[in-house]
Amino acid sequence: MTTSALPAPVGVFQAWRADAAATARKLLANPLTAVGVAVIALLVGVALFAPWIATHDPLRQQLDAALQPPSGAHWFGTDEFGRDVFSRLVHGTRITLFIVTLVTVVVGPLGMGIGVVSGYFGGRVDVLCMRVADVFLSFPSLVLALAFVAALGPGLDHAVLAIALTAWPPIARLARAEAMTLRNADFIVAAQLQGASHLRVLWRHLAPLCLPSVLVRLTMNMASVVLTAAGLGFLGLGAQPPLPEWGSMISEGRRYMLDSWWTVAAPGAAILAVSMAFNLLGDGLNDALDPRQSS
Amino acid sequence: MALLGLLLLTFMIGRVMPLDPVLAIVGPDADRATYEQVHKQLGLDRPLWVQFGRYLGDLVQGDLGRALLTGRPVTEDLARVLPATVELATLAILLGALLGVPLGVWAASHHKRWPDHVARIVGLAGHSTPVFWFGMMGLLVFYAWLGWAGGIGRIGLGFEGAIPRVTGLMLIDTLLAGDTAAFRSALRHLLLPACVLGLHSMAYLSRMTRSFMLAQLSQEYITTARVKGLSRRRVVWGHAFLNIRVQLLTILALAYGGLLEGAVLVETVFGWPGFGSYLTGSLLLGDMNAVMGSVLVIGLLFVALNLTADALYRVFDPRARA
Repeated sequence: MTTSALPAPVGVFQAWRADAAATARKLLANPLTAVGVAVIALLVGVALFAPWIATHDPLRQQLDAALQPPSGAHWFGTDEFGRDVFSRLVHGTRITLFIVTLVTVVVGPLGMGIGVVSGYFGGRVDVLCMRVADVFLSFPSLVLALAFVAALGPGLDHAVLAIALTAWPPIARLARAEAMTLRNADFIVAAQLQGASHLRVLWRHLAPLCLPSVLVRLTMNMASVVLTAAGLGFLGLGAQPPLPEWGSMISEGRRYMLDSWWTVAAPGAAILAVSMAFNLLGDGLNDALDPRQSS
Repeated sequence: MALLGLLLLTFMIGRVMPLDPVLAIVGPDADRATYEQVHKQLGLDRPLWVQFGRYLGDLVQGDLGRALLTGRPVTEDLARVLPATVELATLAILLGALLGVPLGVWAASHHKRWPDHVARIVGLAGHSTPVFWFGMMGLLVFYAWLGWAGGIGRIGLGFEGAIPRVTGLMLIDTLLAGDTAAFRSALRHLLLPACVLGLHSMAYLSRMTRSFMLAQLSQEYITTARVKGLSRRRVVWGHAFLNIRVQLLTILALAYGGLLEGAVLVETVFGWPGFGSYLTGSLLLGDMNAVMGSVLVIGLLFVALNLTADALYRVFDPRARA
């Protein structure tokens, strides 16, 4: 690394910025990770500018133009109501991004909080938290999400909630493991001896060190969130029609699949691309942030 | 302890379901008195913890209640659909292991060269594919276009009901009946969904095998063996691979548990009359007993598989015995 050539960082923020820049450089040096980042950037871009990118209104039905194969007018063909599949895909990016962001924003702090507290205090708190996590981990996540959605009723918001409920335990486990290895480290004890409160130790000293591995895990988690959300949509329990959610698009196109394969192929390929991109980024982050592998 | 939590969670999920179980039984036209009566009969007027106690009591006697859809006890229904899923998942894990493990070994023995990159991309792609979509594409290409696969269901329509049910595993039942045409039909129906379902385990197993192998190959006994003049192949398969067998076994048990999840989606796509179809079917109908029962049984199977993985590790790895 060339960090030694740079002036010594003054202040936390500058050090953090130099760190982030170094990580970013390392990330983009890996071509596979760069592809992942590019796809995610594309996803965000498309979601932001969806109305300008889409060639048609994603909800407008045109029954005389139903199930048309891909052409110049309809790039990915039309579905059974004559809606433009490409435009629906473009608007679907917003739903996908909405789900992924919301789940991550809920699950990240929640899992990390529970995990760090559990690992730092140990004892009864730890036993309690981990037992609860164990119960959630004892179901395959999709099945548990299915059961939650069944209990709450189908819909996009409930799908998000159900996915979040099933996604926090692995994060908590990870943060706990990190916190436990650091709990008795000299710098933690030093902070405690200087009179730092538990809250301060957790927030200023433990949490920042657990952050890298939690971030990696969250990124990889985004890939499975995309898949689970699509699966719920496919089963008719996630986003409801006429919302252009990719999983429910596949489910709607299913009946006409044999003659009109594009109604199914296009949204599926989109799900694959996005999920793959998050996995590539997670993999790359794992390599870049893991100090054991950088030599 | 975890078991009790599992039961409590399933119970809570069943109780907060917005569908009124009373209404499902008496129908929307029933008068107030009938409604109250059924409400009482089901014990829904009692406190929640009493209801939970009754639920546990019934459970110990193997009673999961009656499924509204079939009118039969849920346990009976589950026993009927389980073999179909077991057959599918077993073939899937076999395919996944037969492809995934060698791929992982190959990647590790060519670390940071092109086979490693190929394996990484295959693994990530397998991990990122929406399994229901992959199944539909498979149906489209291999059934509709090429005519190789058998389409949806477990066996050709002509054989439906002709095979006496012995084990519930279609491949074995057709063989026991001595009907080779039916066996071929069953195999043709089974192969595609099993491949689709196996994709995930293949990806998972190849990634895990790769990292296990890398850990072994970087150790000194490998260098020693190579210096002594043993061939690369011999060292990889004869030394390193033998040492990861225990780890692989445990991973295999975990991967089998993961298949339960994929089965829900794959079965829906292929009209496979197993566990997943039963669960999603009852979900959409709001059949509370059936949903709670299936979720509970899946949870129990999942936990059992995890425990098996742990136990296998203890039995086969002397270092893990305390």
